[in-house]
Amino acid sequence: MYLVGEDMTGGYGGADIIKDCTIGVDKGEIAVIVGPNGAGKSTAMKAMLGMLAIRKGRVTLGGKDITALTPQARVGEGIAFVPQTGNVFTTMSVQENLEMGAFLRRDDISGTMGQVFELFPILKEKRRQHAGELSGGQRQQVAVGRALMTQPSVLMLDEPTAGVSPIVMDELFDRILEVRDTGLAVLMVEQNARQALEIADRGYVLVGGVNWREGTGEELLADPQVRQSFLGG
Amino acid sequence: MLPETTDILNALVLMSNFVFVPALAYGSQLALGALGVTLVFGILRFANFSHGDLMAMGTTIVILLTWVLQANGVSAGPLPTALIALVPAIVVTAIIAIGIDRSVFSFYRKRRVAPVVLVIASVGVMFMLSATVRVIMGTDNRSFTDGERFIIRAREFREMTGLDEGLAIQTTQALSLVVAIVTMIALFAFLRRSRTGKAMRAFSDNEDLALLSGINPDRVVLVTWILAAALATIAGALYGLDKSFKPFTYFQLLLPIFAAAIVGGIGQPIGAVVGGYIVAFSEVMMTYAYKRFIAYLVPEQWEPDGLVQLLGTDYKFAISFIILVVVLLIRPTGIFRGAVIK
Amino acid sequence: MTDTTVTGAAGVATRKSANADEAPVHAIVERRQSPLRAPLAFVFMGGALVATGYFQSPAVALTILNMSLVSAIMAMGLNLQWGYAGLFNAGVMAFTALGGVTAVLVAHPPVWEALQVGGRGLALSLLIVLAIVATIAFLVSATRGRTRSFLIFVTVIVGYALLRPVFGSAVGAIESVDPAATGFIGGFGLPITLSWIAAGFVAAAVAWIIGKVALGLRTDYLAIATLGIAEIVIAILKNEDWLARGVKNVTGLPRPVPYEIDLQQQAWFIELVERVYQNRLAGITDAAAREQALRQLVVDGSGYFVDIAYAGLFTVVLLVLLALCVRALNSPWGRMMRAIRDNEEAASAMGKNVTKRHLEVFILGSAMIGIAGAMMTTLDGQFTPGTYNPLRFTFLVWVMVIVGGSGNNLGAVLGGFLVWFCWVQAEPAGAWIIAQVTADMDPGTELYRHLQDIAAPFRLFVMGFVLLLFLRFAPRGILPEKVRHS
Repeated sequence: MYLVGEDMTGGYGGADIIKDCTIGVDKGEIAVIVGPNGAGKSTAMKAMLGMLAIRKGRVTLGGKDITALTPQARVGEGIAFVPQTGNVFTTMSVQENLEMGAFLRRDDISGTMGQVFELFPILKEKRRQHAGELSGGQRQQVAVGRALMTQPSVLMLDEPTAGVSPIVMDELFDRILEVRDTGLAVLMVEQNARQALEIADRGYVLVGGVNWREGTGEELLADPQVRQSFLGG
Repeated sequence: MLPETTDILNALVLMSNFVFVPALAYGSQLALGALGVTLVFGILRFANFSHGDLMAMGTTIVILLTWVLQANGVSAGPLPTALIALVPAIVVTAIIAIGIDRSVFSFYRKRRVAPVVLVIASVGVMFMLSATVRVIMGTDNRSFTDGERFIIRAREFREMTGLDEGLAIQTTQALSLVVAIVTMIALFAFLRRSRTGKAMRAFSDNEDLALLSGINPDRVVLVTWILAAALATIAGALYGLDKSFKPFTYFQLLLPIFAAAIVGGIGQPIGAVVGGYIVAFSEVMMTYAYKRFIAYLVPEQWEPDGLVQLLGTDYKFAISFIILVVVLLIRPTGIFRGAVIK
Repeated sequence: MTDTTVTGAAGVATRKSANADEAPVHAIVERRQSPLRAPLAFVFMGGALVATGYFQSPAVALTILNMSLVSAIMAMGLNLQWGYAGLFNAGVMAFTALGGVTAVLVAHPPVWEALQVGGRGLALSLLIVLAIVATIAFLVSATRGRTRSFLIFVTVIVGYALLRPVFGSAVGAIESVDPAATGFIGGFGLPITLSWIAAGFVAAAVAWIIGKVALGLRTDYLAIATLGIAEIVIAILKNEDWLARGVKNVTGLPRPVPYEIDLQQQAWFIELVERVYQNRLAGITDAAAREQALRQLVVDGSGYFVDIAYAGLFTVVLLVLLALCVRALNSPWGRMMRAIRDNEEAASAMGKNVTKRHLEVFILGSAMIGIAGAMMTTLDGQFTPGTYNPLRFTFLVWVMVIVGGSGNNLGAVLGGFLVWFCWVQAEPAGAWIIAQVTADMDPGTELYRHLQDIAAPFRLFVMGFVLLLFLRFAPRGILPEKVRHS
């Protein structure tokens, strides 16, 4: 697989939150991490981004060991991250948000920006508006668009549908499918397990910081134990 | 019974001479000072108590360089020689500011301490800067204005217009406004258009996301101090040219400057500018004695006995403070919704 | 702390006011500490004062001692606010000066003539002010929105229009009563020690108003608001001559201790001096010379006696306040204060009323500073609004607290002593250094004259440097806060 976190163990200061956790995603597929509250879903993703130093295990990107790199360096290596909250520059225009996403690039970014506008046409219309003035769903689009501006090979999303309406969620998942189809590896942490697993090529169920179930989205949706525990029967 | 046209004109000239012109000049100086405070607050996220003394430091360097220039017979013609000294003085002050950041503030920033610890550190810096300035300049008033004193003299204005009231515009007042406007335009263009300027705004808006976008925090901080030093030097020099240089008054400017920054919305550059003029106009208008102004506009028997002054000049600090309190009570984020208020 | 360092090094971490972020000042870092540390520090401090008495003069040592006692109380007050609660009070000077003016208003004899001509006007002004406040209070509770703003605005304007002439004429009348000597209303003519208590209440009242407005906002805002109130209080005291003569100063305040000139005539005092200096006097055989020597000793001794009497009074106040502070710190209230300081969010989530606790501690700390301010004015025997400046009266007290050890009462006391000692001694030290540097210079040159003025700012520099050194290398001060396990 393209991006893999192997046997990751670590936490914030005290006790380990994730234990021997292994998560991976390949190019052109969507991997989803689901699980109950406090299962270490976001922690696992942050460990892969380097926002949490792991005690044990390693993270590789395209076969290269990136365990020791800072989050910024990993961004430089092609990992883009959309945090759950505070994921746009509210006092800057939509266009400036996208420009900031491409901050590290020195080449012409107008092509990429065109692609983002194609993916999220509403952003083109509102490109002069401040991101803080947009609706929740539009903000998430800006956030994803900003992340895509680095031309990443991996896109990580931390609960992208938290707090948006079901219609907006479906719309956003459709866009994420489109992003996958351009050949990116997409890794997502999701609360809305059913909908997320429906679009997932690969799913991980974490419980108490360890891998509990793993498989394709369809397999997990069909698994009676998973259904009973997370999907409401 | 309506007042005659000449009386109205006289009243307007009187107001211009004693309120509008001085307040515009003072407001320009405050706005530049508040811009420095607000930039540091936006990027480094603490209220820098040493900003007033950084202004005094910058002004000290301007004065020293002005003396060197004057001794060598260099002058800016009708303009103050200090204007030439400004550019090299900014460079020196920026180096000092960066040196202070490296030796004091960066230590706490790297450890991500609570902002209030940085405020205390800035108090220590304030002591040391203040002492250095006093060592160099002494504690007395020093005037370093040269060149043509007036653009328009009151007598010339009276002869020109035939009015009773005169309008005097000092070179330093006009200079304050012009230099401030040029500086602000340059600063806003930098923040709006340039890559580094946008990076600064992004960093101020959302530090974590800025870091995730690959913005280099050290560079942002460096540029912030350069800008803060430049703004402090310009504001301090203009204030010193307009009034006169006395180290302690620069500490006292801290209050109106903070008030200006908070009124506008701390962390918001445009807010600092608007706040600067609001504070300056409030100060001048509240402490102006309106007796003569009213005398022009009302019939003789209604003329007021007293000075018709709302507040003595000694209480001008109270005005900054009242504005501050009103803003804190009514709209703590300030006019332009400062970003970083709890 | 671990995770902040890790993620901090990585460069991405959320910046919250969580307890871990405050680590350098308030962290609970366990470190074994000698129980002798505090006694040793105070013995050292006492030694420095004795050495001053020996090498400079006993009078200098006693003067430093008395101001040290006052400074220690100021530092304790600020320590309540900063050390216990993490509140940034940049207006220590305001409360000091309020204490000073209270001393005048309590102890100065009333100026009857001024009260006769202006007393009625002042009383009427006070009534108008109260009426305005009451009307606004009524409007705030009874009306809403734009109507409220408009009516409040009208009340203020009308009230001001009514107040201005009444107050103006009263002030004019009062200030024209023998302006060279009085020109103010005077006070109640009560014993000046009473003013120490009164000063606590006056400072507390002002602190309540400031706290109501600025607490609950960012700590920086409290700092800026208190910085502002300090400037205003000083401006009022400098300019409202009817109240306490403004910059013309009130001198000759009554004392809580005897006057030197009276002491020198008291038989018991002369006997006391004779007994103390028995040996020295016995060595003088000539009766006239002996009489001469005794007279000189009585004159010197009366000065020492007065200083020691002050020191005794101040020590009593200091010990009482220290005992109260220590008790408060160890009470459930004190524990709650520290819990709030260390993690405001958690404390708030647990249902603690953070703003109310902050208001309490802010008022208590300010009251203590007010008491110290009244004591200082008592010691000086005069009230001089022109001499208050924020570096000396606000930020120097900050240095005391940080150097002594924030959160530790004994630390604050030690800081008050040590920093005041250094502040006083830095000036002669600076002068000495300058004298060495300029020894070979021509006294006629501009540079020589300029260098002579450097000695005064020198100590500002030293204080700033000491503050930064401690903040960086010993942020918990000389006597760090004790860690308790509960």
